[in-house]
Amino acid sequence: MDFTLKVWRQAGPDEKGRLITYEAHDISSDTSFLEMLDIVNERLLEKGEEPIAFDHDCREGICGMCGCMVNGHAHGHQQGTTLCQLHMREFNDGDTIYIEPWRAKAFPVVKDLVVDRSAFDAIITAGGFISMRTGSAPDGNAIPVPKKSADQAMDAAQCIGCGACVAACPNASAMLFTSAKISHLGLVPQGQPERMRRARAMVDAMEEAGFGACTNHGECEAACPKEISMNFIARLNRDRLKAALVE
Amino acid sequence: MVLDAKIPDGPIEQKWDRHRFKMKLVNPANKRKYHVIVVGAGLAGASASATLAELGYHVDCFFYQDSPRRAHSIAAQGGINAAKNYQNDGDSIYRLFYDTVKGGDYRSREPNVYRLAQVSNAIIDQCVAQGVPFAREYGGQLANRSFGGAQVSRTFYARGQTGQQLLLGAYSALMRQVASRQVKLHTRHEMLDVVVVDGRARGIVTRNMVTGEIRSWAGDAVVLGTGGYGNVFYLSTNAKGCNVTAAYRAFKRGAFFANPCYTQIHPTCIPVSGEYQSKLTLMSESLRNDGRIWVPVRPGDKRPPNDIPESERDYYLERRYPSFGNLVPRDVASRAAKAVCDEGRGVGETGLGVYLDFKDAIERMGEAGVREKYGNLFQMYHKITAEDPYKVPMRIFPAVHYTMGGLWVDYNLMTTVPGLYAIGEANFSDHGANRLGASALMQGLADGYFVLPYTIGDFLAEHRQSTVDASHQAFKQSESEVRSRIEKLMSIGGTRSPDSFHRELGKVMWDYCGMARNDAGLRQALEEIPRIRDEFWHNLRVLGAPESLNQTLEKAGRVADFLEFAELVVRDALERTESCGGHFREESQTEDGEALRDDARFSHVAAWSYAGDGDIPERHTEPLTFEYVKPSQRSYK
Repeated sequence: MDFTLKVWRQAGPDEKGRLITYEAHDISSDTSFLEMLDIVNERLLEKGEEPIAFDHDCREGICGMCGCMVNGHAHGHQQGTTLCQLHMREFNDGDTIYIEPWRAKAFPVVKDLVVDRSAFDAIITAGGFISMRTGSAPDGNAIPVPKKSADQAMDAAQCIGCGACVAACPNASAMLFTSAKISHLGLVPQGQPERMRRARAMVDAMEEAGFGACTNHGECEAACPKEISMNFIARLNRDRLKAALVE
Repeated sequence: MVLDAKIPDGPIEQKWDRHRFKMKLVNPANKRKYHVIVVGAGLAGASASATLAELGYHVDCFFYQDSPRRAHSIAAQGGINAAKNYQNDGDSIYRLFYDTVKGGDYRSREPNVYRLAQVSNAIIDQCVAQGVPFAREYGGQLANRSFGGAQVSRTFYARGQTGQQLLLGAYSALMRQVASRQVKLHTRHEMLDVVVVDGRARGIVTRNMVTGEIRSWAGDAVVLGTGGYGNVFYLSTNAKGCNVTAAYRAFKRGAFFANPCYTQIHPTCIPVSGEYQSKLTLMSESLRNDGRIWVPVRPGDKRPPNDIPESERDYYLERRYPSFGNLVPRDVASRAAKAVCDEGRGVGETGLGVYLDFKDAIERMGEAGVREKYGNLFQMYHKITAEDPYKVPMRIFPAVHYTMGGLWVDYNLMTTVPGLYAIGEANFSDHGANRLGASALMQGLADGYFVLPYTIGDFLAEHRQSTVDASHQAFKQSESEVRSRIEKLMSIGGTRSPDSFHRELGKVMWDYCGMARNDAGLRQALEEIPRIRDEFWHNLRVLGAPESLNQTLEKAGRVADFLEFAELVVRDALERTESCGGHFREESQTEDGEALRDDARFSHVAAWSYAGDGDIPERHTEPLTFEYVKPSQRSYK
């Protein structure tokens, strides 16, 4: 298959970036999107041009390291898929493909398609944990967790922290990411003691990091490679409201 | 040098308790004066960093990813073992210990394995308290499944994402310590050297992958939780970034490397489809519970699988191993697949694949039944191959998955360099020659939460705070070596990419040091690897600048280390003329083609020490004794 790529190239955080056109010829339909970029990069190197920088690691959809806007869709158009799991057979021969980094104030571009997502770590640092010391835990079965709660908590806990929700959101809000962690911990009994404090602190940290507010567009859920439901945002709002009242 | 494993006295079930009592403690008020450097933020590195920080030590944690939540522990699917016996099916610490020693083909250290089984239960408690959403029964109790052929149900799991949930648990504990400023994270930092002063590890040298800055960091102890070296084969189930650099740099600074030839090849992966394939995807081996593995009877039979009648199919595992059938252990299943492909009976375009057929299972359970059990795996397979496994048999082939070898450590997890520790997959200690399913997560967390935080205290209590800081000559020396190596990589000005060398190396390793190894092939590899390495240093091309994000440069540095390390793997495989676990020497097999151990000559750990550039490393041995689990030949007939 042959493709025309329009790729965002930006030398550094303070440099100006622009779209550069590359031809990707003779690509097997079994190639994954990132493997297609590997091939383009090998050919650039051969020609003496610096390869395109992009983040990736596990290449099986779980580490959350990869992700770009592909034709305006976070991780590409295929639902429930990270970029590394997208295959070129999902495109048409001869397609022109636009590849850009996540765009959000809180995710500054490091180089080309690589962005800095440390703002996500800052949100977790604010309260995305249960405060317990190693060795202080009671027996695992001493804390029964209803199956339904455990399953729902797992639905939220699946978040891979890739940032697609932020990139897809017109407000660049991190509500889906933040709500996934707040819901995961808020749904299990172990997470109850810190539930209110957590909701307040994490949302404050989110705002401080420069993410926008949620106006219920729902783009986040549509873009999420793990298909995390925006119902969790409602749960976050409820916890946060309660926290304000308690205060 | 005599390798002293420092095994505590007493009966095996009391060793760890006695040792914990005998170890010196650091006065709580003094802990804050100590500074520990942890490299890696996977299960082992993150859990160790968090726990050391809780105890009061200052921790600096370095890793190459942009967040500690991304380390490759996250990709583990199946589960984590523990001897809880919640199912009341006869499990116990002793049974988990016994199974692990036997599964490791009698090449692990009994006291280490016993301790692992002992602390396994505390890991589950710890993770539950952190909020890890393990699967539950309707009554709210923890659910278990049986895994990897174990006869008891001792595996705890969180859907098919157990590694992810455990890593996120350790990550949350770590971030809590970041919040209280006990841990400082160094994202996108790669460790490029260990600094040893007066025979003791005093710190590391790193490269900031965003700015290119080379910098020294001094500490009172250095802990490597830097994972395995499966990517020496280029194609593996490891993440693309996994590398041997930190461990290999430690080796070059005096840490012994143990059993590098013990590599685990997992039987159920999606086969390679083309030259540009960048990694292999594992599918949970639970698929073998219901799928039947077969190849055509006739070599070169290219008919579509559904056109091949029953009478012309060879269900070779069921034929060769009537009692275990498709459920034989990983190493046996992998070798059998290779054997039929070598006979020209492999399937798929490349001929490197076997069928895993669910036709009978669908007839038995209905498509809905199969979907309920394996739906997510079938979907993953469909996405990658564009073939519908409900209609056409899956194609699978073995792939490199885990490395049992690693830096040699004593009972305290300390390497042969005082003050330098190795934890998780980076060390060699607990799995012998073959790791059992659901044991990798257990070992990573055991080391990080429950072993290292104690043993490192004993070392620190004995050794006053380091007075050596990063201005010491040894750091300057090391920094300048790191810089000149980078300059060298940048200035070769050849024509080939680091990846092209990596692929070439991987092919040699897979062909000569993969699922089956023999003397002639290994000697051939020892000729080819230096040739590739030589071309690498003459014909590599790295563009861009070293002072910015430069992924080609990162890759080049890692491939350069793989090109040296690969030789160590091959040498170890050559010296060990027996077959054991994941290491199969064709010269050492029974009449019907099964692995044949040679306990008289090889019941030992082989630990290699660096002898200088261009010199052959020296092989040392640590004898293994089995007081509790008596070695026997494994049989699955």
